[in-house]
Order: sequence, then C-alpha cells, then structure tokens
Amino acid sequence: MKNLHVNRLARVLLAVLLTGSVTVAAGISDDPLLAKVMVNELEWRKRAGDGAVNWDADAWLGKDINKLWLKTEGVYAGGDTEDLEVQLLYSRAIASYWDLQLGWRGDPEPGPSRNWLAFGVRGLAPYFFDIDAAVFIGAGGRTAARLEVEYELLFTQRLILEPMLEVNLYGKADEASGIGSGLTGLELGLRLRYEIRREFAPYIGINWWNKFGDTRDLAKAAGEETDDLEFVAGVRFWF
Amino acid sequence: MTGVAAGGTVLGMGYGGRPARAAQPISAQRQLTGQRFELELESRDVNFTGRVRSATVVDGSLPGPILRWREGDTVRLRVTNRLAVDSSIHWHGIIVPTAMDGVPGLSFAGIRPGDSFEYEFTVRQSGTYWYHSHTVFQEPTGMYGPLIIDPLEPDPFTYDRDYVVMLSDWSDDRPEQIYARLKKLSHYYNFQQRTIADVGRDVRETGLAATWRQRAMWNRMRMSDTDISDVTGYAYTFLMNGQTPEQGWTGLFNPGEKIRLRFINAAAMTFFDVRIPGVKMTVVAADGQNIRPVTVDEFRIGVAETYDVIVEPGDGAHTIFAQSIDRSGFASGALTTDAGLAAAVPTMDSPPVLTHADMGMRHVGEHAGHDMGPGISHPQTEYGPNVDMRAEMPMYRLHDPGIGLRDNGRRVLTYADLRNLNPTADARPPDRAIELHLTGNMSRYMWSINGVKFTDAKPLELQYGERVRITLVNDTMMHHPMHLHGLWSELETGDNAYLPRKHTVIVPPGSKISYRVSADSRGRWAFHCHLVYHMLGMFREVVVS
Repeated sequence: MKNLHVNRLARVLLAVLLTGSVTVAAGISDDPLLAKVMVNELEWRKRAGDGAVNWDADAWLGKDINKLWLKTEGVYAGGDTEDLEVQLLYSRAIASYWDLQLGWRGDPEPGPSRNWLAFGVRGLAPYFFDIDAAVFIGAGGRTAARLEVEYELLFTQRLILEPMLEVNLYGKADEASGIGSGLTGLELGLRLRYEIRREFAPYIGINWWNKFGDTRDLAKAAGEETDDLEFVAGVRFWF
Repeated sequence: MTGVAAGGTVLGMGYGGRPARAAQPISAQRQLTGQRFELELESRDVNFTGRVRSATVVDGSLPGPILRWREGDTVRLRVTNRLAVDSSIHWHGIIVPTAMDGVPGLSFAGIRPGDSFEYEFTVRQSGTYWYHSHTVFQEPTGMYGPLIIDPLEPDPFTYDRDYVVMLSDWSDDRPEQIYARLKKLSHYYNFQQRTIADVGRDVRETGLAATWRQRAMWNRMRMSDTDISDVTGYAYTFLMNGQTPEQGWTGLFNPGEKIRLRFINAAAMTFFDVRIPGVKMTVVAADGQNIRPVTVDEFRIGVAETYDVIVEPGDGAHTIFAQSIDRSGFASGALTTDAGLAAAVPTMDSPPVLTHADMGMRHVGEHAGHDMGPGISHPQTEYGPNVDMRAEMPMYRLHDPGIGLRDNGRRVLTYADLRNLNPTADARPPDRAIELHLTGNMSRYMWSINGVKFTDAKPLELQYGERVRITLVNDTMMHHPMHLHGLWSELETGDNAYLPRKHTVIVPPGSKISYRVSADSRGRWAFHCHLVYHMLGMFREVVVS
C-alpha cells in the first residue's frame, strides 16, 4: 500500500522534473538533468558499551529549479538496524538560496513504522549557515519538527571543520517509538575532514546527543542510554 | 592540409617534467593563406598533462592553423565535419553576412557529421581575430585558431616580424563534466577560499571590529570574495600557442628587431594578465582595430579579446608571462635571440580579493557616508531563485586596472586608454538606449540577462539603420566578456569622436559600461557572455530588421 503511493508520487514528480526546459543551439542545454548522491556521514561510532555504523545521506535528481530528493539516515549496530528514516521529497527553488521541500517521510525503525507528510525548507542562511528545517504531520494527529544546522570552518583549503546541530520536537507522545511530547532530542557534532578530492574526504570527530523529558524517561525505562558522547570516524563522499 | 602541427600539440608532445625550454624546437607558426581554404573539423588525441585525451581540432592541430586573409578579398572556406556530432565555425569579430556567421540555430543549421559547409564573404576589415566552433562544448576542447587579415593600406606602425600569441586553457575533464560539477558544487575549483588563518591575520592587522565589518557584507550575501574564476588552474593547463609552460613556446627574433605580437585569448573561462618583464609593450590594436598607441607594462585580456602590441626586446631571452586572473596558474613562453637561452619565469602575484566596490555595493567601508549618487533599478525578472545579487551602485570604472592589478607598480592598460585611431564612423547620437543587466546565481550556477535565460527570452530587436546605446550592468561578482556578433560594439571610453570598435567587451563585477551599436547589418545575431559555462544562459538573439 505504502509502496504503491510512493511509486505514484515518484512518477508524478519525475514528470514535473522533465518538463519545461528546451535545449538551445547544438543540443546542449543550459539546464541539463543531473543527479547527485551525497553521503554526508558514513561513520563508525564508538558508543557507551559498543560500536555502531551511522549514516546520513541524500540524493537528488533534477534541474536547476525542480528536483526530486531522497534523504536517509540511520544507525546499524549488532546485526540490526536500530534506527532508519527515509524521505522522498519534491524540491523547488523558491529564492536565491532556498528550496522548498515537500513529500513523504517514513520511519521504519525503531518501533512501529510511521509515515509522515514532510514540509521543509533547505538552504543557506546569511553567515553561511546550512539549514534544513521541516515540520512533519503523521496519522492520528502526530506532529514533529526538526532543525538541522551545519557550518564549515576552513583550516586550509582541504582541512575543514564542520560543526552541526540537530534539534527534534514532537507534538504528541508515541511511546511505542520511544518518543515523548515536546523537545525530544538534541545532537551536536564536530567533524574534521580532509578533502583528498572535493568528492572524497575521510574524517574524525565527536558526536554528543541527549534525550529530554518523557523521551528520556522512556529510554531509561527501556534500559537504553539517555545521552552519550561518541567518537566518530568515517568518510564523506559524493558524486 | 594536415601538416605538422607547429605551434600546436599532437599526441606524444606531453611534457616529462624537464626544463625543456631550450630543448624544444622553435615553433614556426603554421599558416594558410590565399582566398580558398579547405578545413577539416576532427578529433585528435592530445597529451598536455601526462594523460591522453581526445580533443576537437581544426585541421589536425591545437590551436588550428593561422588563417591569413587580405582585406578586400572574397574568401571561400570549405569546412568539412569529420566528427561524429554536429559542428560549426564562427569567425570571431569578423563582420560577415548573417548566414556566414556560423552560429547553429541562428545563422545556419550547423554542419552535420560528414557534411561540408562553404563559407563565402568579402573581407572588409583588417587586424588580428580568431575563429572557433560555436557548437557549445567543442571550443573548450581545442576547436579554435588564429585569424590574421592584412590591410590594404599598410598599418600606421612598423615591425620586422610578427607572432601570434594565442592563450588558452586546457582541461582533461570533459566540458559536460565541468559544467555538472559547477552545478553540484559551484566552488568546486576554487582552492583560494578564505581560511581561519586569513581571518586571524585580518584581526591582527585591522582589529576585530574592522574585520567583522569587512566580513559582514560577504557573510550576509553568502558570497566569497575570492570567487574570481569558476574554473581554475586546478582543472586547467594554460597554453600559449598550444604549448604548456613546461614546453615553453618560443619565438625567435634577430637583435634589434621590432616585433608585433598578436595576442588572442581563446580560453574557455580564463582571463589572463600579460606582461614581458623588462620589456615595454606598445598596444596598437584592440580586437583587431587600430587604436592610438599606448605604451604599457601589462594588460588584462578577457576571454575572446585580442590585443596587438609592438615590442623591441633587447638581445637575449624574454619571458612572455600570462598569469590567470585568479593566479591559479599561468601560460608562458619566450621571445629570444638565441634558442639556447632560457629566461626566468616570474612568480605569480598574490591572488586578488574582491572589494565591496567590486560588488557594486553602496556601503564601502573606507568611504562610509560618501555620497555616490543615485542607485539603479532592476527589472522585476531579476527577483527570484535564478539571481543571487543586484548591484546597488554600479559605476563606470574605465580607469580601473581591475582586481589584482591595482597599484601593482606597473603601468597597466585600462579601457580608458583605448581611443580609435580613426574618427568614429557613425557620428550620429544614439536613437535610443538599451540597458541590460548581467545576472546569475553563482551557487546554483545559473546565468542569464535581466534574470531571463536564453531559452526563455525573446530576441532583442533592433531597427535596421538605427544607432543604439547599450549599457551593460553587471549584477554578478564575475567578469563577463560580452560578445556581439555581426555589429561593432563602439565602446564609450571618454572621447565619442574616437570610439574604439570592439567585438568583445569586458564588464567587470559591480560595474557598468556603455557602447554604441549601428544596426547596419540585417539578420539574426548572437549576443552572449563568452565564458563557455555562462553562455548557455547569458545569451540573447539580436534581430536586426
């Protein structure tokens, strides 16, 4: 059922993407159909007690103004996918530095699979802050909001420190998924990468996260960690 | 027709890291003369970097042969396309009938694989020009060559010898790949971005408050003041007459000779700053047209421009040094009386940094409160995701040597130095004014005019016989070499009685510039930025009817 919806959505979006551009003389378009895959984080995390593989990646297909976006993040540890989120979005450039992104978010893990409608903006704020902000509306009156902020500090042309911040809020408790209402989590990261090429950069860093309020209590009751400071090592790559 | 590629490069001539200047053969420049020419467009393997790549070339060499015409002659050029894709040749700066201009989609349909096209026109001008494919991504892979037209009446200056110095940029990466990278990460090729150390140095030198003020505009605008060239020496090997700096193109001369150097910038994306250390250059022509001679130490040559200079070097070897505008690399060669001598290659200047004034911004830190007059209004189409800046206070900056050349202790040519040697042919005042804004979004890598890209734009219509004044306003942070086909761009440099005639006009960032155009040739003409990765969008059809 879900897959059917996704397929239909994908077909509609692709149709939007492929229309509206003509080629100029000699068959080369100023606005070719391009695709980019960006694996922002693919890393091993040293956690309290064990280790895990974490990823955060996105991909787009489209032209200057209209694109189809895929975003995914998750955690894999001990032979099990602990956390998985996927978003499929239609993205439209609405201002010099901002894209509007609308579509579907699915959270297969943890707990019961949840589906959301996603409404977001993504872009570059003044002072070069990379922003991804979205609200989500799920079944049964569930709501959520998320803000992700990234920044880049250049030590050299290739040695780059990237601080990041992520805040999650939920409007309604979802105990089966381990989520309370209100501010649920805050994550701060600091990754130092070396761009061997623009497209390929190994990195090391630290990642700190904390759960709040009822979410924290739920984790405690389930015998899970409620906060952690993790060492990370991974690669960032794109093509 | 496909002889030895002298002055060009064919497979196997890659450098091996040796200081080869003295060992290289002296480059005779392959030249075709007469009234009938047969040219073949074909693909050839080249090796400029140690890796073999396929180039698209004219008549077997990169650059193609010098075509030497005579003013007044009717020339016939049969151009055969041996490529697997469509192709074309455009005679850059030559005033020809519209059907002979070589722009696929405007002048003709292009030349299909295996087909020939016969160009035929009467040559009504003289000087130094060039030719290149106008099929978009063929020119950057080598399809260009020099064009010299000898005058009917002798030029009003003398020389004993002339050399073409054709500058260009070669990349092993395919143009489609470069373009895609720029769209995915617009600063992909910029390895001169500001670092924490630069900020620290500014804080030490000017204090925290001044550094903050200086940085604030850039940070608010989300732009980089080191964004000079979209594609840099990271991707490019810079060539002089088809030779790398390691190969070192060499022009021989006899002691005491006066030499005419015909500089042509055939690069896809690179502006060059040219000098011959220790040798004064007297500029006698710009874009093929004679000007009142002006003696300089250095000049900036924009993409597609040409300059003719006369030099009288002393005995020995002299380096012709052409550093890229962003100082990410250089082309170099030598003039020498002795092939066994090597000349020292100077070090590059430090990379330029854009100032607030270069962005056409009102709030110039150093001159805060200074009244700079009224602002400028922008078309509604400039407000949207396709445009990332609009100059608040674009200025005429004809006397400005430009970024990286100001106050460098050398006499640098500026547009204000350009005065036609002959009186302005069409002395009528302009019938009307046309203002066009050069626009883009650097981070999305979209380029346009008035915020409208070529495929969405209506042609710019000119009445046959009218005289118009075109003002170009640069609303971006890049230099744009704007090329109008078929009609001269008569640049307002200070004396309207002696307007220099140009085919390509550089509009520096944050500035404006005006020129006059007599619509004296009917047809469909191309008007575009000559940076190859800008031209697809920053392009207009101009119709004279």
